Formats: sequence, C-alpha cells, structure tokens
Amino acid sequence: MSALLEVSGVSVSFDGFRAINDLSFNIGECELRAVIGPNGAGKTTFMDIVTGKTRPDKGQVLWGETSKSLLKMTESQIARAGVGRKFQRPTVFEDQTVEDNLIMALKANRNPFAVLAWRPAPVTGARVTELAAEVGLSDHIHRQAGQLSHGQKQWLEIGMLLAQEPRLLLVDEPAAGMTLAERELTTALLVRLAQTRAVVVVEHDMDFVRRLNCKVTVLHQGSVLAEGSLDHVTRNPDVIEVYLGR
Amino acid sequence: MTRTPFILRNRSVLPVLAVLTAFTIAVTLLSHAYGSGVIPTSMVKVLGKTLCLALAAVAMDLVWGYLGILSLGQMAFFAFGGYMIGQWLMYARTEDIVAASLAQNPIPPTPLELQQATANQIFGVVGSADLPTTWAFAHSLPLQLMLVVAAPGLLALVFGWLAFRSRVNGVYLSILTQAMTLALALWLFQNDSGFRGNNGLSGLQNLPGLEGVGQAKVSVWFLWASAAALGLCYVLAAWIVSGKFGSVIRAIRDDETRVRFLGYPVEGFKLLVFTLAAMITAIAGALYYPQAGIINPAELMPIASIYLAVWVAIGGRGRLYGAIIGAVVVSLLSSWFTGGRAPDIALPGYVIKWVDWWQVALGLSFVLVTLFAPKGIAGIFDLMPARKDKA
Repeated sequence: MSALLEVSGVSVSFDGFRAINDLSFNIGECELRAVIGPNGAGKTTFMDIVTGKTRPDKGQVLWGETSKSLLKMTESQIARAGVGRKFQRPTVFEDQTVEDNLIMALKANRNPFAVLAWRPAPVTGARVTELAAEVGLSDHIHRQAGQLSHGQKQWLEIGMLLAQEPRLLLVDEPAAGMTLAERELTTALLVRLAQTRAVVVVEHDMDFVRRLNCKVTVLHQGSVLAEGSLDHVTRNPDVIEVYLGR
Repeated sequence: MTRTPFILRNRSVLPVLAVLTAFTIAVTLLSHAYGSGVIPTSMVKVLGKTLCLALAAVAMDLVWGYLGILSLGQMAFFAFGGYMIGQWLMYARTEDIVAASLAQNPIPPTPLELQQATANQIFGVVGSADLPTTWAFAHSLPLQLMLVVAAPGLLALVFGWLAFRSRVNGVYLSILTQAMTLALALWLFQNDSGFRGNNGLSGLQNLPGLEGVGQAKVSVWFLWASAAALGLCYVLAAWIVSGKFGSVIRAIRDDETRVRFLGYPVEGFKLLVFTLAAMITAIAGALYYPQAGIINPAELMPIASIYLAVWVAIGGRGRLYGAIIGAVVVSLLSSWFTGGRAPDIALPGYVIKWVDWWQVALGLSFVLVTLFAPKGIAGIFDLMPARKDKA
C-alpha cells in the first residue's frame, strides 16, 4: 500500500520537554486508523505537526504521490493540499448561519480576490442541502450556528470537513460530549468516510475505538509504543503497563 | 441557488443612500451659495468634514468591526491623503502667485526660475529653498490624485505585510499601528522631512484657478464630493461584507486559526482589507483637509485614531451604518461641547464647564457603551420588531 502521509523521525520539544520523540508513522490511502495514548503522549502535538501548526525540530513529513514535504507549507496550504482537521472542541463560526459555515468550507478557490468575486454556482445550493442532510442539519440551514446544541455543532463541523473534501481527515476526540446514540452515528460516519479517504482518529475512549474496528497506534512519551489491531495492542505488556494498567 | 442582489440583501444600503441624498439636498438648499443662506458657510464646511470623518469611520469598521483588527493608526492614512492633495493645492496656488509677481519683471521667468521661486516661497519657512524629492509630482493634479490612494495604500501594504506575516495579533497589533502613526507624526514634525515640519500645509481651502468662485460655493462643492465619496464607499464596503468574502473576514475575526485550517490564506485577506480601508481613509482625508484649510503633523498623533475607534464603538461596530452614526453624532457633539457654546452646569460649589468635562463624559460613555451596550447606538435598530428576523 502506498503511503498518503509519511512521518519519519520527527522530534519536537517545548522548553526542553520532548513532546514528540523520533516518531515515525504511515497512513495509507483510504485507511482508518485510531491513535490512542495517555495524556501527554503527544497525540495533539502530532496533529499540530501534520497540519503545520507546530514546526518539528527534526524529521520529515511527506505527503501524497509526489512525497511533498509538508514542513515548508503554511497551515492553509496544507489544508488546501487535502488535510482536514476536526478539533476536540467544536469550532464553528457561531454568529453565522449553518449555510454560511458550509459555503465557507466548500472546496473552491481560496484566493482573496477569487473569494471577493465569488458567486454561488448552480450546484452550490444542492451541495449545501446535501451536506446538511448528511449531518442531520437539514432543518437548521438558516439558523445561526451559535444556537445549535453541542452535538449539532460537532456535526456541523464534520459537515464542514466533508465540504472541504480532504484526502486525509484528522479527528480529535470525536466522541467527547456526545450521547450514546450520537456516538454510534459518528462511528458509522467515520467508517463510511474511510472508504473514500484516509481517517485518523485520536481518542481516549476504548469502547469507541473498539467499534471503529481498525488498526490502532499507541503513542507513549512522543513515540510509537505499539501498532496493530486493538486486541493485539491490548495484549502488549508495555501497553498494559503505561496505559491500560493504570 | 438564486440570490437577491446585494443591495436588497444588505438592508442598510438604500436607507443610508436615501438619508445621505436628502441631507445633501437639504444643506444645499439652506446654504448661502445655492439657497436661503440659513446655514452659514462655516457650518457647511463642518458638515462636509463630518461626512469625511464618517467615511473614515466606515473604513475603520471594515478593519475593526468586520476583520477584528483594532487599528489605532487609521488617521495616519487620513492625514497622508490630506498631505498628498495638499501638496498640489499649495504648490499650484503658490506657483500662480509667484508667476503673477514675476510677470512684472522685464524678462519673463524660465520654468526653472519659476519652480525655484515657488520652492523658496513654500520652504523658506523651514529654512530651505529647494524643492524636496517628495514634491516631484506636486505640479500635477492627476499625479497627486493618484498618490492620494497609492501612497497610503503602499504604506498599509508594507506595514500590513510585515505585521500580519509575523502573526502579530490583538493588543500587540494595536500598539504597533499606534507606533506607526506616532513615528510618522514625529518624522513629519522635523523641518527637513520635506513637508514643512510643524507648519504643515496651509491655505488648502483656496482652489488654484478658482479663486474667483468664493468659499460659499466651494464649500458646497466639497460637501457634494464628500457625500458622493461616502455613498460610493458605503456601497463598496457593503458589497465586500455581504458575500462569501464578508463571511470569511468575520470568521477571521472570530477564530483565525480555524479559518487557516479551512485552507484560507488569512494574511492575504487581512492585507487586502487593511490596504483597501487605508485607501478609503486616504480619500476621506483628501476631501477633509481642503475643507479644514490646514494640515499639520499633529493630525497624525495617536489620539486622533483613538477617537475614531471611540466613534465606531459608540455608534456600533460590526455594522457599517453604526460607524456613520457614531462618527456623526460624537464628532458633532464634541465640537459643540468643546466650542464653548454648551451651557455650563452650575452645581452648588462647582461649575461644570463642558470645555473641560466633555472629554471625561466621552471617555465615560465609551466605557459604559463597551460594558453595557456592545452594539452601540445602532443596537437600537435591533429593538425594532421588523428588523428582528434577520440581522
């Protein structure tokens, strides 16, 4: 399997603290992967590095068929290259409508002058309706995003990610703050999304990870401790020691 | 997906244009030059200048209310625009005067002699007789008009590029903009800056070649020009903030990081709005100072830009008509209270003189508006039931 994202030998420290230590990690095209690890294992820092928010001290992050380095690109260039990121806390633009939020996220030319000259295409409305339906917000298209419930905001953010049409989706703790029913819907959605793109889910919740039924990477102190199926890694004595044993 | 034209989508455009037109016609009909003369020429000038301040406030609202950058250096662009038009006004008029006096000589002056005599006349006051390179275009109205938007636009572009690229944000960016205007002011105060030091440029109310027309008419012309500029720029600003572009810049205001992860080049958007606002502000300044008659470096002191922010906050930021309301109401009240015409309030044992206490009252009302009415005066419109359905 050809790698879509290839992270090799990456290290980063903040004020002497090694958040990521010689981390290597590959994601293939259309792969679903769960990343677990105790607090401070470097899960969020790993996402920050891939999305360009944090620059590593050393190592390489290569992207796509041409193995382009993401390290020289800005956050917005990386996002345009096809890396989408879902934050832990739902971040939608609260004083704008669901429709405005989705239109902003739709894949289109992001150049300021192009945005200034932007006109809705004939398909724009249909695309927005379709996306809103997919995340269960059909009845709320013209509502302000700030009026939505916590769960609905999570869904809107997922809808915005879909609108971006990323090739790799990084999802930070999607189950946080969701009801059981919402979790099941989210699991189903993530599994379905992974059929057409790569999805990396960072999660604390073991039940949620089990339901994803995918390859699991365990991070500890900034590097990969174990990798494999959930059953495989949970039998690993090191993993039991640092994570599950606590 | 069908969309109504933005003029109808943005409900404030037509009312603002209607009020502006009615105001301009009313002032014209009450002026000395074209009507009954109820409004004296000095008052026409005050009203015309107020329209220019309102235009600067609209630009400030674009930068602060919509993009979220509290720029405390906007009036640098305003004064910059004034200096650019002032150069031509002063040069052309001085040249006319010098040419008239030299015409009595037996030998007519050569163009070089005329230029040197003009330069000597303008710069004698700062002990120089040469025309600085900054005045290279001063002889040409079209070139100086171009500089009115180009020079402040370039300043904003360079400053913005340096600041936004380094991701300077929030209060640090505000301090930086304030430092910019202060630095420009201090530079202009020097006699060898090429802009006549603290004397500034004067006699700007006299239009070269139109001395015979008289200030009564000229003041009304400038009122028309100011109203036209305000109307056009209001429509432009409303168009900018109404579509997807407006959506993106409000998103940058609310959560810049998230917008980056959506793939938008945030710096490019900031730079575009900041530069455009600087150009609009410069146009306002270029119309203001010929009505004021004089410009000097004190106009660039940070306090002027802080006032602009106060007007926009009191009027209601994040909506363009709020900026106009704030600028008009507060600046007219300010000149009334500080003009010595407001009646003093006699308290037992103390007399409140408005000339002294107006600043205190203004500062207090700024604090109160920020705390209790963040939508400002324009928030009143939200209380009207017809407007409640859609902001």
